[in-house]
Amino acid sequence: MDAIFLQILNGLDKGSAYALIALGLTLIFGTLGVVNFAHGALFMLGAFCAVTLQKLFSLSYTVIDETQKDFLGNPLKVEVSYLEGWFGKDLGGALADWSVPLSILIAIPIMVVIGFIMERGLIRHFYKRPHADQILVTFGLAIVLQEIVKYFFGANPIQTPAPQAFRGALDFGVLVGFEPGAVIYPFWRLVYFLFAAVLIGAVFAFLRFTTFGMVVRAGMADRETVGLLGINIDKRFTIMFGIAAAVAGLAGVMYTPILSPHYHMGMDFLVISFVVVVVGGMGSLPGAVAAGFLLGILQSFASMNEVKAVIPGIDQVIIYLVAIVILLVRPRGLMGKAGVMEE
Amino acid sequence: MLGLNKRDTRFLIIVILLTLFTPFLLQPFPEGSAMAQFNGGYPDLMAKIAIFGIFAMGFNILFGLTGYLSFGHAAFLGVGSYAAVWMFKLLTLNVFPALILAVLVAGLFSAIIGYISLRRSGIYFSILTLAMAEMSYRLAYSVLTPITNGETGLQVRDTDPRILDGAGAAQYPNLFGLELSTSWDWRVLGHVFTFNVGFYFCAVIAIVMFYVSLRIARSPFGLVLKAIKSNQTRVNYTGMNSRPYTLAAFVISGMYAGLAGGLLAVMDPLAGAERMVWTASGEVVIMTILGGAGTLLGPVLGAGAIKYLENIFSKINEQVLHDWFSFLPDWLADPVVWLASRFTGEGWALTLGLMFMAVVIFLPGGLVEGGQKIAGWFRRKPPADGGDDPEHHPKPAPHVPHMANTGD
Repeated sequence: MDAIFLQILNGLDKGSAYALIALGLTLIFGTLGVVNFAHGALFMLGAFCAVTLQKLFSLSYTVIDETQKDFLGNPLKVEVSYLEGWFGKDLGGALADWSVPLSILIAIPIMVVIGFIMERGLIRHFYKRPHADQILVTFGLAIVLQEIVKYFFGANPIQTPAPQAFRGALDFGVLVGFEPGAVIYPFWRLVYFLFAAVLIGAVFAFLRFTTFGMVVRAGMADRETVGLLGINIDKRFTIMFGIAAAVAGLAGVMYTPILSPHYHMGMDFLVISFVVVVVGGMGSLPGAVAAGFLLGILQSFASMNEVKAVIPGIDQVIIYLVAIVILLVRPRGLMGKAGVMEE
Repeated sequence: MLGLNKRDTRFLIIVILLTLFTPFLLQPFPEGSAMAQFNGGYPDLMAKIAIFGIFAMGFNILFGLTGYLSFGHAAFLGVGSYAAVWMFKLLTLNVFPALILAVLVAGLFSAIIGYISLRRSGIYFSILTLAMAEMSYRLAYSVLTPITNGETGLQVRDTDPRILDGAGAAQYPNLFGLELSTSWDWRVLGHVFTFNVGFYFCAVIAIVMFYVSLRIARSPFGLVLKAIKSNQTRVNYTGMNSRPYTLAAFVISGMYAGLAGGLLAVMDPLAGAERMVWTASGEVVIMTILGGAGTLLGPVLGAGAIKYLENIFSKINEQVLHDWFSFLPDWLADPVVWLASRFTGEGWALTLGLMFMAVVIFLPGGLVEGGQKIAGWFRRKPPADGGDDPEHHPKPAPHVPHMANTGD
């Protein structure tokens, strides 16, 4: 029982990442009708926002500290980070420690701007082109973004630790009545799940309860009519693209302590996220979220040793297997609506 | 000739000549000259161009003719490589059994995958093939390690049984005793031309496969495939079941990929799972698009262009760039070298991505369409093809003089 509970928890953080990326993909697909193969690259760019901030915060200069002496009696050279120099030891250290959560603040504007530029500069010209062309041009863009990041940050994964306060593990089982030590869960994964839940809730609330969201939903249902009512729907869809980019970016920012970012991480997540979107049902936002969590949890179950002993290699392929079965049995996906991407 | 009309025969002869004279065409600069690094006439590269040409030709039958964008074709290439290496290990180092097995296994594999994936079309098909290929790749790395030898890759060893060869026989893949790595150099006027058995073997196969794809494209079967591309619903409404046709196209292109994989193993008897990764599938898509999807020669040109550029670009390092731009004043040379080195050497992938975007954005028809456009300017009339698709090329109103529009 506790093993099953643990696997569900383990699946949640991966599932949250899948759900967030798939949510953005679906938003773009539902509003603009564009299949965005560069969405994984946006996730990766978000992660590198966190890396950048961490690097900026740890910039330092050397000072000669007269109070400390080395064994010859000469004053020691000490590295002092600019932050500590400016804000004092406590605040500066805390800022550096909290660099990952703080990068959310810079990631939002950066990702929204990147989203705007992408939509205005490139995607806009591909509305009328076939889906194959959209896939191909965004695939090319993903390669370009990836190579640019590789140039600046190198090819190796970069460690970006979570704040000290969240580094430990939580004995989660005790809270729900298992024996102590049965269900140990890293703190940051819990934070990631809660963060994802809040973000997903915020996106849904935005679409559901604001006038802007109402117009966007109307545009998703019938773009032409909304346009005829005198609403500039293109502008709103561009903003939605920016929001989708920001969601992917934030998913990336918060994922950095779980997986050290490397330039290729976007591609790895992209394939799975597409599978998630298809399983959830093309164009269905709740479907994307549900499928993201479902596949994340299934994947963590499949990587249990007991399961692997029965069906070897299942942990590697479970997601694709589920996708194939679902596409063949329920062609529209779990919650797909009629009329979206039917052929 | 060979069941082709006059125009196609001429086309085929040109292709044959181009292929057979590749060692000259790719070696235009004298040995030791400053431009010698642009020479691409060495056997390894030429064979790769022929092999990936075959791969792209096959992919084009599915994508170009039938309109199904598969993102998992590298899986068939990888399977073909594995099958060929297993034949080398078990039976003989002669290339023919290996290639036959590679084609058969890839055909079988693509029949299974195609049967499942072709139940859907459009983006769903792309994602299904992507999922299938990714699954094969992961399995090759994990559970199937006894067959694929995991990350090390499958290799030919001295201890292999090789029933027909016996111990102590040839160590490298051969053509009835003639080793494929054999080559002759011909030095003339400062040029060195290399004629390599392996390349000519691949080239002959590529020519045969080109002929096959030409026949397919011109056959009634090919016509049905084109009909499916332009409107599958209408094909179904005329009472034709399109599924067998799409499946046949899928299997044929899978067999082409398997043959290409087998040839890769023939040129270098080593098969690894990295050939099956989904970005490798993306590469063949790039080749086909760059050359021109749906045209016969385009995919081969695309494969040649990509492989050639990849080779040349990856070789250029900062030192070479410094030599090139040494005529510039220093303050200008350094930034230029810095900029250029971002796109060369390690930065080749960046160039590839940019080139890919540029082609999709500005030249969706690829190099072949570009060539036709240029030829069209010379003939002072608009490009010859494409007029049959009213959605993309609206016909001008009949009383408007057409020449007036071409002024821009």
